Amino acid sequence: MSPSATARQIAPPANGLPSHAGIYHYDQMDRDFLTERVEQFRRQVARRLSGDLTEDEFKPLRLMNGLYLQLHAYMLRIAVPYGVLTSRQVRQLAHIARTYDKGFGHFTTRQNLQLNWIKLVDVPAILDLLAEVDLHAIQTSGNCIRNVTSDQFAGAASDEVVDPRHYAEVLRQWSTLHPEFSFLPRKFKIAITGSANDRAAICIHDVGLIAKRDAEGRVGFEVYVGGGLGRTPFIAKKLRDFVPEDELIAYLEATLRVYNAYGRRDNIYKARIKILVHELGIEKFRDEVEAEFARMPRAEYRLDPAIVDGIKARFASQPYETLEPISGVLARARLEDQAFNRWVRTNVAAHRQPGYAIATITLKPAGGIPGDASADQMDAIAALADRYSFGEIRVTHEQNLVLAHVRQDDLPALWKALSDIGFGEANSGLITDIIACPGLDYCALANARSIPLAQRISERFADLDRQHDIGELKIKISGCINACGHHHVGHIGILGVDKKGVEAYQLTLGGSASEEGAIGDIMGPALSADEALDAIGAVVGVYLEQRQDGERFLDTLARIGHTPFKDKVYAAH
Amino acid sequence: MARVTDAPKVVTANRLQDGAVVWLGAAGDWSIRVQDAQVQAEAPAVEAALAIARASAARQEVVEPYAVDVAVEAAGPRPLKTREWIRAAGPSIDALPATAA
Repeated sequence: MSPSATARQIAPPANGLPSHAGIYHYDQMDRDFLTERVEQFRRQVARRLSGDLTEDEFKPLRLMNGLYLQLHAYMLRIAVPYGVLTSRQVRQLAHIARTYDKGFGHFTTRQNLQLNWIKLVDVPAILDLLAEVDLHAIQTSGNCIRNVTSDQFAGAASDEVVDPRHYAEVLRQWSTLHPEFSFLPRKFKIAITGSANDRAAICIHDVGLIAKRDAEGRVGFEVYVGGGLGRTPFIAKKLRDFVPEDELIAYLEATLRVYNAYGRRDNIYKARIKILVHELGIEKFRDEVEAEFARMPRAEYRLDPAIVDGIKARFASQPYETLEPISGVLARARLEDQAFNRWVRTNVAAHRQPGYAIATITLKPAGGIPGDASADQMDAIAALADRYSFGEIRVTHEQNLVLAHVRQDDLPALWKALSDIGFGEANSGLITDIIACPGLDYCALANARSIPLAQRISERFADLDRQHDIGELKIKISGCINACGHHHVGHIGILGVDKKGVEAYQLTLGGSASEEGAIGDIMGPALSADEALDAIGAVVGVYLEQRQDGERFLDTLARIGHTPFKDKVYAAH
Repeated sequence: MARVTDAPKVVTANRLQDGAVVWLGAAGDWSIRVQDAQVQAEAPAVEAALAIARASAARQEVVEPYAVDVAVEAAGPRPLKTREWIRAAGPSIDALPATAA
């Protein structure tokens, strides 16, 4: 970010903004930029349709605007900056889904929304509608810095040290159309959290940041680098323990420069920064970054605290009521209704504001498609956000939504309303809260279907008593080695492969995307879908037999090792 | 069973304007129904069909045409690979979420 590029953001928010949603509020310059960008792409689409641009010429242009050609249609990937939306934006997304798609959208592991049935000729009109509500699809593809992701509980969590949204916005402004980093060796993903409990999966990102405070209370960043999944998975390594706030941009510039200079451009499978870090070793990579950092004219890249303050000022704050820390209404409702109590146990988290709570809306109904919501459901959730959460909705990397600021008193009514639209399932973090990529039903890269297997697992384990008895168990499914479904870090991971023309599924055990990040180990030969479904049942059976008091699935796995699970799954083979 | 590479073929692409899956028919036209696809058994005929398809791509009608192995059945050609029968038939799942409001 050049200082001049961010200085304009210091201006305070305009008066009369319609909501208290905790998003960054655009100014006229942001809106003018989006309008120009839409017009530019409108002209590019017209030139493609007229034949002035070939497909080879047009493809990189459409990808820079988030537009893919998938199996059945074009797919538009819409950026949701660090996963935060207003109710107005969600209603607009619903309107677009209803008008230009088949009436639904798919929330992704990058906190974005994908529309699967888009026509090229409609895209300029769709981008107009997105720009109306300060949304776009820029840098949701291409070898650039992608949409920055963050903790879905940001600004609300009781365990938060620093609100990561402000710095995610700094990074968004810095990385948008960054001339030096628009043609990197490969795509580049940054995640940021401000809590010791990592809900943003920073360990599997090209750069992961933990915002924290030093002994004097000054904000800085613990920097991780070289995480990633795909063909060659790695957990990120620590690059620096503390980068002071005002050096954040300079340090990231130095990191990206080293990657840009040394990252491989001759082999797409070795082009990500994780390979560079692995091949150089973290010490050598760190030396290179520090040398570049030392060489840079640091004053030019200094992140002025006034800029950070200006960005903070453009986030609306929530006018919380003064409430008792524990709600009597909530306590009584939990006693009276066991189904509601169960939902509170799994789907409600502590809020830093007394009397408030964070509610996770799992988009994982029994037998449903993970991450999908219909336009009607989106409209309903927008209305609930207006009523109960200051008009704000968060998207999680686990393909769920969050209402981040709900009065505890309102939780019973919220849960009932969510149940009415099919999203009241008490399964956050449980075995049916599955991540699944679109897989071979939609994706041009996939080798096998993901969604049907996710649906069958969801149906097999639909009984909530059983799910709650099993406890925390995260299943993640990818339809190919690109790992959009994060299978490497699933407690149980499932990778779809093509086995001599037939879909098959390879299982892994022991992965984790939390702060103790781990890549799962392959259990054995790939299985058919039926066999994989039975294998999940067998793995769960071994866990339930072997677990000791208070042990989660991962705890039992760590204690007894993988062999009992493998023996059970492959006993019949 | 014939090796996949020896199988008869049809030519497919995605339509430029909307991305829809299309299949090349006997008259050199495109259909959204795989049943309308012209099956080619011999390599020269496959090449000729691909040449027609590439000319269509050059006229900005379709994108990235290619040939697909099929089995010829009473109902018409059926793509052999899972990817291609999903392209022909649509997603194997309901397009709408199971519990849409």
